[in-house]
Amino acid sequence: MVDDATRKSLGSIPLMRTKAGPRDKEAWVTRLKEEYQGLIKYVQNNKDADNDWFRLESNKEGTRWFGKCWYIHELLKYEFDVEFDIPVTYPATAPEITLPELDGKTAKMYRGGRICLTDHFKPLWARNVPKFGIAHAMALGLGPWLAVEIPDMIQRGVVTYTEKKG
Amino acid sequence: MSVAELQRRITQLEEELRKARRGDAAPEREKITKMSGEVVDTNPYSRLMALKRMGIVEDYEKIRTFTVAVVGVGGVGSVTAEMLTRCGIGKLQLYDYDKVELANMNRLFFQPHQAGQSKVDAAAATLRSINPDVHFEVHNYNITTVDNFDHFMDRIRTGGLEGGAVDLVLSCVDNYEARMAVNRACNELEQTWFESGVAENAVSGHIQFLIPGETACFDCAPPLVVASQIDERTLKREGVCAASLPTTMGIVAGVLVQNVLKHLLNFGQVSYYLGYNALVDFFPTMTVRPNPQCEDSWCRKRQAEYAARKAAEPIVEKVEVVEEEVVHEDNNWGISLVDESAPATATAGQVTGLAQGITTAYDRPAPSLPDDLTSSPPQDATSLDDLMAQMKAL
Ligand SMILES: [Zn+2]
Repeated sequence: MVDDATRKSLGSIPLMRTKAGPRDKEAWVTRLKEEYQGLIKYVQNNKDADNDWFRLESNKEGTRWFGKCWYIHELLKYEFDVEFDIPVTYPATAPEITLPELDGKTAKMYRGGRICLTDHFKPLWARNVPKFGIAHAMALGLGPWLAVEIPDMIQRGVVTYTEKKG
Repeated sequence: MSVAELQRRITQLEEELRKARRGDAAPEREKITKMSGEVVDTNPYSRLMALKRMGIVEDYEKIRTFTVAVVGVGGVGSVTAEMLTRCGIGKLQLYDYDKVELANMNRLFFQPHQAGQSKVDAAAATLRSINPDVHFEVHNYNITTVDNFDHFMDRIRTGGLEGGAVDLVLSCVDNYEARMAVNRACNELEQTWFESGVAENAVSGHIQFLIPGETACFDCAPPLVVASQIDERTLKREGVCAASLPTTMGIVAGVLVQNVLKHLLNFGQVSYYLGYNALVDFFPTMTVRPNPQCEDSWCRKRQAEYAARKAAEPIVEKVEVVEEEVVHEDNNWGISLVDESAPATATAGQVTGLAQGITTAYDRPAPSLPDDLTSSPPQDATSLDDLMAQMKAL
């Protein structure tokens, strides 16, 4: 289920108001603004709480998102590329968050590096359409996934620390 | 030879190998222009045409006029495509964006030497060699993204043998997002389709027949699934996303294509929802009426159109076609089939009147009525460009 820390950070993310997907021309632009507002607030909160863990940006249309996420394990920072498309059925269906570098390294992934979400995510998302947005998907989907899977992958030796260049 | 020359040679050999694997060689047999029922060992259609003589199907050759789109060429879709190919379907459209992997070898159809090829290309190559009479159109992309979705809709609308819409869409995908995309497309295009699925624990599956406006769409209610009769708390999910069995997938593909044939060739009775519980060999069936408050506006539009069509229909005496109907003998085999005569009704949260053994994947609340929150845009004058810049500057 959702732990208290997640619940708390979730509560501080502004809710979306516009039920619109990428095929809904003008309404999508409105929704996209809400998405950015939500993400900016969430990242700001994370920074304030000394728990900054991802950056995202999108193409002009807001249909393709990409960025970085990172996870601190025993004082070392492990960083991964993150990307996803906004499906045509968004926001009825959540985006499928993908970590391409980790494809094939864990069974908790579908083909192409799409993270495998818990059984609780989908019902929770479905109950909160259209209020949940990308920031919620990050907080409820990717955050908990990294917390469980990265330490496990480090322990199994499939993820190793590399010094960041530059 | 220099390194560069060797590298060129490798590329060349790889290309040749790829071609050989793809089966670019001439097909095993010549095309057959007209299906015949002649029983000779060279006629691949004799046993199918025998269905006419047996009185099961009136006009089997008609199968060559149909186009079927198979979305998802995995454990269920590939077997579905093979069955339709062997049955002599007119044309198949195949959609998938995945590659064949050795990890897929617990399923039917694909072979180890095809690893690394795109599923659609590998499938089309095998299927063409099985039956060169079938026309193939393949698309190696994910239908849920904006650009691909438009193309997908266009191919459903115009990809039939005669340039019209395809006759049926079969959803054989493994995820909710893709099912919802197929649902959206079919509601918009008023396209009849079948949905199919196998549970992630591999021990149940289902097929569903969807006629926009007439039966519940995939978005009318939370997904309908076969009750697993496994205590969810004892179901261990540690470390894995999904299990799969060739048996369950083969059975689901079998009941899917069986119902496709019945629908296209007009024989027997098509199931609107047919579940399969592998643990106890139970096959519940039922029909589900659409949800008037469906979240999909195209579904609501199709429902209104269907109601209008129904209302306009002149009330005529049903003309009984006199023919040997299937006689329902006493059930001597003890096969338990549940068929609720009254259709179930979909509402936003759950479905009432579900047949025994069928349940919804989860509950969903009724849609919240539009309040002032949803009707008014956010009071923020910041432009999208500014927001994007702000995000970048964080
Ligand atoms: Zn519907």
